[in-house]
This record gives sequence, structure tokens and C-alpha cells, in this order.
Amino acid sequence: MIAAIELIGAWCNFRVRGLGVGCRFFFVMLSKVPVALKRRGLIRDQIHFIGNYSLLIILVSALFLGFVLGLQGYHTLSTYGSEESLGLLVAVSLVRELGPVMTALLYAGRAGTSLTAEIGLMRAGEQIAAMEMMAVDPMARVVAPRFVAGVIAMPILALLFSAVGILGGWFVGVKLIGVDGGAFWSQIQGGLNLFRDIGNGIVKSIVFAIAVTFIALYQGFQARPTPEGVARATTRTVVSSSLTVLGLDFLLTAVMFGGG
Amino acid sequence: MNSKRTDLAVGFFVLAGFAALLFLALKAGNLAALTLNRHTYTVTAKFDNIGGLKARASVRGAGVVVGRVERIDFDNKAYQAVATLELNDRFHFPKDTSAKILTSGLLGEQYIGLDPGGDPDMLKAGDRIESTQSAVVLENLIGQFLFSKAADSSSPSGSAPAAQASAPAGALAPPSLALTPSSTSKPAATPAGKVSP
Repeated sequence: MIAAIELIGAWCNFRVRGLGVGCRFFFVMLSKVPVALKRRGLIRDQIHFIGNYSLLIILVSALFLGFVLGLQGYHTLSTYGSEESLGLLVAVSLVRELGPVMTALLYAGRAGTSLTAEIGLMRAGEQIAAMEMMAVDPMARVVAPRFVAGVIAMPILALLFSAVGILGGWFVGVKLIGVDGGAFWSQIQGGLNLFRDIGNGIVKSIVFAIAVTFIALYQGFQARPTPEGVARATTRTVVSSSLTVLGLDFLLTAVMFGGG
Repeated sequence: MNSKRTDLAVGFFVLAGFAALLFLALKAGNLAALTLNRHTYTVTAKFDNIGGLKARASVRGAGVVVGRVERIDFDNKAYQAVATLELNDRFHFPKDTSAKILTSGLLGEQYIGLDPGGDPDMLKAGDRIESTQSAVVLENLIGQFLFSKAADSSSPSGSAPAAQASAPAGALAPPSLALTPSSTSKPAATPAGKVSP
């Protein structure tokens, strides 16, 4: 009995300590962002690594998602005789939800894992310790530039995702199926609000970028410096950032669109 | 050289992001509509019932979008809805134009249709569209139909007035000012009420 209560206490203690370490990591990272912003070369290299190399997977996924949305939307809407609303359906679902969320999930898989593995291996290879020995702050030199680059790159990727997805929906809906092109675009223009829909989509993608990049960096930094530890940290990055993104998405949607 | 190439790639990446934002804002969003607003004039119209009309719904003349509903207020004195319409100043309508609330398709969104009259004077900024027709409320329509059916079955002579009763609701399109305040339910109730005893 006493042992069971002790177990609960130890578990709580462990979790609360993890929370504290995470928060502390986050705020130290934020405090190093101004230092990192001065070293634009580092940030540029990381944007290149995170953003440009993720372009292919993001664009191809967006195109096919747009195709599928066009097809499925058409079949559903044609039941109600309102095929003209296809453009609005595709655009709203992409800009509000699928663009930011799918980009964040793909970003976690493509860029988040590589960030975790890179930093984890730097730790395992004692590069981080070597930096500390040379009085180079690893938070400012390694972590903060990657954070800034991720927060810059992911919203851009999400915008590209939405735009390419709408083009994919347009291709299937208008070019292949034959929905009226004018109605497709005018429905989008009539129904999509620049600030309420596109603006909120960008806000969402920025929040997701902060969450996913932070989780990836934190997991990499906290990974046990062994090959197995790095492997576990990479897995944890994908799992917890996916869950965080989906949970945050619900919260943000409730705040942004819930009131109606 | 290598850093130059990275610069170029990152530059392209960021530019592509801005291009996507621009595409979403201009082609898919309503930024173009927002900038168009400078070339508009506003008129108001009072409706007994606006149904499901929302702000930013389109205003159409002969099916062509000529403006937007800017906002919808409630008039505390007349107990009517006041819709403020923003019309593009390329389009002109006579002063005795009538406004109807219509629905595009069966489940589509509601918009305001403008039927031009014959007045030589044109609507100016700040004018009020006098003759309006409210949105068709399905419940009222069904009630009217049931009422006319009941009138039909109770008195055989009631069929002709009942047919008349249903007619004004649909045929209010060229209404005079006198017809305007009557909501869709009233014209049905009064003539049928007169006949039934």
C-alpha cells in the first residue's frame, strides 16, 4: 500500500521535473534567440536544410491531397447538386485545417526527426560538451538558430501546401471533371476571408512550428547519448509532436472558429 | 560560392512562400474585393425579415454581382432589419429599384437581387431602396399552404381567394410602397381570413 503511494509520488515527481526541465529549456532557448538572430548565416543554412529539403515532400503531398479533396468533394457535393461549391470546400478545408496540420505532421516526420537525430548525435559524439569546453554556448550556437529557422520555414511550407493543394483541387475539379472554373474561383473568393481564414491558418502554422521545433530540439538535447537513446528520442519526437499538433489544433480551432 | 548558392536557394524558398500567400490572398481570398471598396457607394434597404442573409453576401443585378452587403442592423423604431449595401460605382440603378432577398440554388446562400424600375433618376450614395421583399421563410410558406388547403376543404368557394392568397407572396416582385410592409405571412392570413366565415 505504502509502496503504491510512493510509486505515485515518484511518478508525479518525475513528471513535474520533466515539465520544469522542458519549460526551462524553452525559456533559455527563447532568451538565446536574439543572439542567434545576429548570426544570419547559421539561420540561413538551417532554413535551407529544414525548408528547401522539405519542399518536395510538402508539395507532392499537397498536390495529391488536393486531387483527393477534389474527387471526394465532387462526389459528395454532386449528391446535393452543388458541385460549384467544390472550390470553397477544397480551399476552406486546406487553408483552415489541412494545410497547417498536414504540414506540421510532415514537418515533424521530415525535419523534426533530423533535428532530433542531429542534436542527439552531437551529444553522443560529445560535440556539445566540446563546445561548452570552448565557452561556446550550445543553446545559442546549435539550438536557437534551428528554432528560429523552423519557425520561419514551417509557415512558408504551410502556405505553399495550401496554395498547391487548391491548385490540385482545381486541376481535378475543373480540368478533369468539368466543374465550371469561374464558379470554382468565385465561390472561393466569396467564402474565404483573408483575416479570418488565411490569417488564422498562418497563426496556426506558427503555433505548430513553435511546438514541433521545440519538441524536436528538446528531445534531441535530452536524448541519452547512446545510439539507442537517439533512436528513442527520434521516435518520441514524432509521436509527441504529432499528438501535440492535433491537440493544439483542436484548441486553436475552438478558440478561432468555435464561437461561430 | 557554396554560401551564395544557399542564399539563392533560401531566397527562392522565401519568395515562393510570399507567392503562395499572394496567391491565396488575391486569387482565393477577398483582398481584391477589399481594395475595390474605394469605388463604391452605399445605399440602405429595410426588410421585414432578412432570413439567413449575412454580412458580405453578394448583391446582384440580373444575376451579376454588383456589390456586397456591408452590414445588417435592426431598426428599433420600425422593427425592421436595415441592410447597408455597398454597390460598385460602375453600376447604376434607378431610384425605384426594388430589392429582394433570394436564395441561390436549393441550399445555397442568400443574396439580394436588385430589380431596376423605370425612374430616370439614379440611386445615389446614402439613398434608401424603398420597395423591398423579405426572405421567403419556409415555415411561413408551409403555414400558408396548410391554411389555404384548410380554407379549400371548408368552403368550396374559398379556392379562388386561396389561390389569390398564395399569389401575392410569390408575385410581390414589382411591389408598390403600400405592399411593402406586409410580411409574407400577413397577405395570406388576411384574405383567407375574410373568406372563411
